[in-house]
Amino acid sequence: MRTDVWLVVGSNWNRVNNQAPMLRGTPFHQRTATYCQTQNWRRWAGFLVAGSYEMTHDREYYAIRTSAAIIDVSPLYKYVIRGRHAQQLINRVITRDVSRCRPGQVMYTPWCNEEGKVLDDGTLARLDHEVFRLTAAEPNYHWLQENAYGLDVVVEDISERLAALSVQGPLSRDLLRAAANPDLSTLAFFRVTSASINQVPVTVSRTGYTGDLGYEIWLDAANAEAVWDHLMLVGEAYGITPAGMLALDIARIEAGLVLIDVDYVPARKAKIEAQTSTPFELGLGWTVNLDKGPFNGRDALQAESKRGARWHLCGLEVDWESLEQLYAEMKLPPALPTQAWRTSVPVYRGKRQLGYATSGCWSPILKKYIALAHLEASYAKPGTEVLMEVTVEHRRRHAHARVVKTPFFNPTRKRSPV
Amino acid sequence: MTGKAEYDAVVIGGGHNGLTNAAYLARAGVRVLVLEKRHVLGGAAVTEEIFPGFKYSVCSYVVSLLRPEIIRELNLPGHGLEILPLESTCTPLLNGDHLMRWADHDLTRRELYRHSPRDADAYDEFGELLYQLAYAVKPLLSMIPSDFTSLKPRDLLGLGKLARHMSGLDPATFHALHKLMTMSSADFLDEWFETDALKATLAASGIIGTFMGPRSPGTAYVLLHHYMGEIDGVFRAWGFPRGGTGAVSEAIASAARGFGATTRTEATVTNILVQDGHVRGVALDSGEEINARIVVSALDPNRTFLGLTDARHLPDEFVNTIRRYKTRGSSGKVNLSLSALPEFTCLPGTKAHLRGAVSISPSVEYLEHAYDDAKWGQYSRRPYMDILIPSMIDPTMAPPGHHVMSIFVQYAPSSLAGGWDDRQRDAFGDTVIKTLAEYAPNLEDIIMHKQVLTPWDLEQEFGLTGGNIFHGELDLHQLFFLRPAAAWANYTTPIANLYQCGSGTHPGGGVSGASGRLAAQTVLRGLRS
Repeated sequence: MRTDVWLVVGSNWNRVNNQAPMLRGTPFHQRTATYCQTQNWRRWAGFLVAGSYEMTHDREYYAIRTSAAIIDVSPLYKYVIRGRHAQQLINRVITRDVSRCRPGQVMYTPWCNEEGKVLDDGTLARLDHEVFRLTAAEPNYHWLQENAYGLDVVVEDISERLAALSVQGPLSRDLLRAAANPDLSTLAFFRVTSASINQVPVTVSRTGYTGDLGYEIWLDAANAEAVWDHLMLVGEAYGITPAGMLALDIARIEAGLVLIDVDYVPARKAKIEAQTSTPFELGLGWTVNLDKGPFNGRDALQAESKRGARWHLCGLEVDWESLEQLYAEMKLPPALPTQAWRTSVPVYRGKRQLGYATSGCWSPILKKYIALAHLEASYAKPGTEVLMEVTVEHRRRHAHARVVKTPFFNPTRKRSPV
Repeated sequence: MTGKAEYDAVVIGGGHNGLTNAAYLARAGVRVLVLEKRHVLGGAAVTEEIFPGFKYSVCSYVVSLLRPEIIRELNLPGHGLEILPLESTCTPLLNGDHLMRWADHDLTRRELYRHSPRDADAYDEFGELLYQLAYAVKPLLSMIPSDFTSLKPRDLLGLGKLARHMSGLDPATFHALHKLMTMSSADFLDEWFETDALKATLAASGIIGTFMGPRSPGTAYVLLHHYMGEIDGVFRAWGFPRGGTGAVSEAIASAARGFGATTRTEATVTNILVQDGHVRGVALDSGEEINARIVVSALDPNRTFLGLTDARHLPDEFVNTIRRYKTRGSSGKVNLSLSALPEFTCLPGTKAHLRGAVSISPSVEYLEHAYDDAKWGQYSRRPYMDILIPSMIDPTMAPPGHHVMSIFVQYAPSSLAGGWDDRQRDAFGDTVIKTLAEYAPNLEDIIMHKQVLTPWDLEQEFGLTGGNIFHGELDLHQLFFLRPAAAWANYTTPIANLYQCGSGTHPGGGVSGASGRLAAQTVLRGLRS
């Protein structure tokens, strides 16, 4: 076979040239690579994941919203925390009250430093009374260890061992009913349970990063391909479509979900204080439980809750007529972003800048141009009229926009019991 | 009947234009009632579960022309409208090869290059031209037609605006526009391409819904008509509404009801009631009379003026114009329930091409021959077909693992020699399936159910005169200020407060809603004055 020859030549070539190590694929890479028509790989926590599988990400996005998408989320950092003091450790770290998290339940939560500035955010699953699994966007093993001092608890980094697939979309429930045992139809929003797929033991949580009906499947990396194959096979009848980061990015903006390094700078990476954010400033005030006892950042957050946050992460809806007008002046139809953007875009009221948008996209499902923006607290009220910078033919112009509540898109099926 | 009328306005016909019209009227505070003859709203834009578990977009099957301003102004996404992208067009060829056009530029170029390096280049230039043309004609779609012979300020203003817009076009675009308005689609495409299957597949857009062949002058305009649509700011984009075309109507109906409109199904209007030159309401087949100071008809001009209106209320000249208004049907529809996917011999073992359209248009000659049959009163022995497998785009259209197939068929003449009957319909359906099976041999083995619609059925069931899907042909003499009749193209009629809002008015056919919206503007202007 020619390919064999080439592989041999290729490997010799590597040796001869003393090539540095390649980026790694995830446990699903052998499979995702066969679907990745574009070879559009992106880096995520040192792994390769597909940006988009197809030439355009449209169909992948619509699978999330109208059928079922399968997304490789294995690069997430994952930690198991177990032991007599597991609850105590976690309650010290996160802002939510973990004593309210029953076994089989999942909580979304940020965690902060002593100044109440967000370090990271993720989901916490209580797998058993004294066993938790925490997902994170950044490495947190050291941080968890530091906080565990003096406690009877074991923190384990299982990031490499545990593969994860997100199955999202209105048909994801039907798909899992056909693909998994037992029937997971009654699994409630933000609950987790054990199951098996193609005889492989997995845990399934009804969670995701899309704001839609969806599940995340957690499994031993060694079984990754068997589970992928089975889901793809059974999923065909439900329109299962591998979806990459570009599609996911639009979905998460529509869902109003913040992205680390994009919508906020984790406190550990901030060069100056102004770059940091508190949960209140990120619209995550609902995750802060000031009454649960001491935790990292409590005093600072208590003070902030009394005085009120200075910034608010808000939804913006760009006014179509205004955008159309700006383009019509150049004899062009409005050019809409085909991908979500992740740049800082100034937001004004008159000539005064009162904030900045950090992500935005054209929402294909809502037919609206939306963005997430940090605004000074006094301009954060829904209905407030602002101006967002748009570049039209190399010129910086201002389009009218309105502050709206997030999530922009919030279908009832996301939480519906069955 | 005495007493105060319950409604200010009655809209006859709950198709997408009638519903759009009602939504805009209700939004402005008008108490409006929509009356639909059938058991379901939507007219020819309906989804029906004819066989359990299998949902058919019975007639109209794709969407592109639906005006973005309607989607926005009525907040149709908030009422459940979701439009999924249609990715590709596959033209299987008689020699076993195929021609694919993908959503992606590079893939399409590579495929065209395989057939003709020259066409691969020309295709990009052609795309640019069509962009310019779509941008050029876009204002027409949101404009109440002005009468060129009128000296009324509003007509002059409209013409002035149009002239200003047109004078802004560069000469090449203007010349191309003129060619498109006068040439045949085949001649127009001959100037651009050499690959027969490419020309045929593009030319097919110029014959859809018309009683003309690709070599008939005037078809180039119909081609442009099908390219005027836009989705998310992208011209020429076609999409599939999740849940089928009925989902468009349902979303508009939901918006209309949200604004306070009332909708009634199984309410057949038999008469438009006129008194002293003014409309005063409608009569139903049940004998019920509904009073309203405004009546808007979403039916085609033939039904509205020759069917529901007593001719003595209309000027002779107008009646004669409507009588001569051309509504020859030329197309049929076959909807299938399938137990598995069809396997096209031109692309064995793959499925990606089944997520888009499959066009049976191997050559221009093939299309012209198909027309030749129709010219002499026969359905095409080898028809042109535009095929979609909606369940590949929205799996909920069929039970898991099963599929539905929508086949638009042309030509099927409304005036079939010997007339349409059940036997002729069966024979027509068999011809369609037999022809398609030449490209997908497993087709006959996987058919579970079939629904065959001829122009005769489109007239009987959906009230389309002559089975014409556009409420009258898109001939040049039936467009803009001549649609449906000179001096009555602005949605008004010779009867005071009787308006028209169907596809038989500007800008005509397709699920655009533009007629409904523009008619509502006219009605509201009338109310204010």
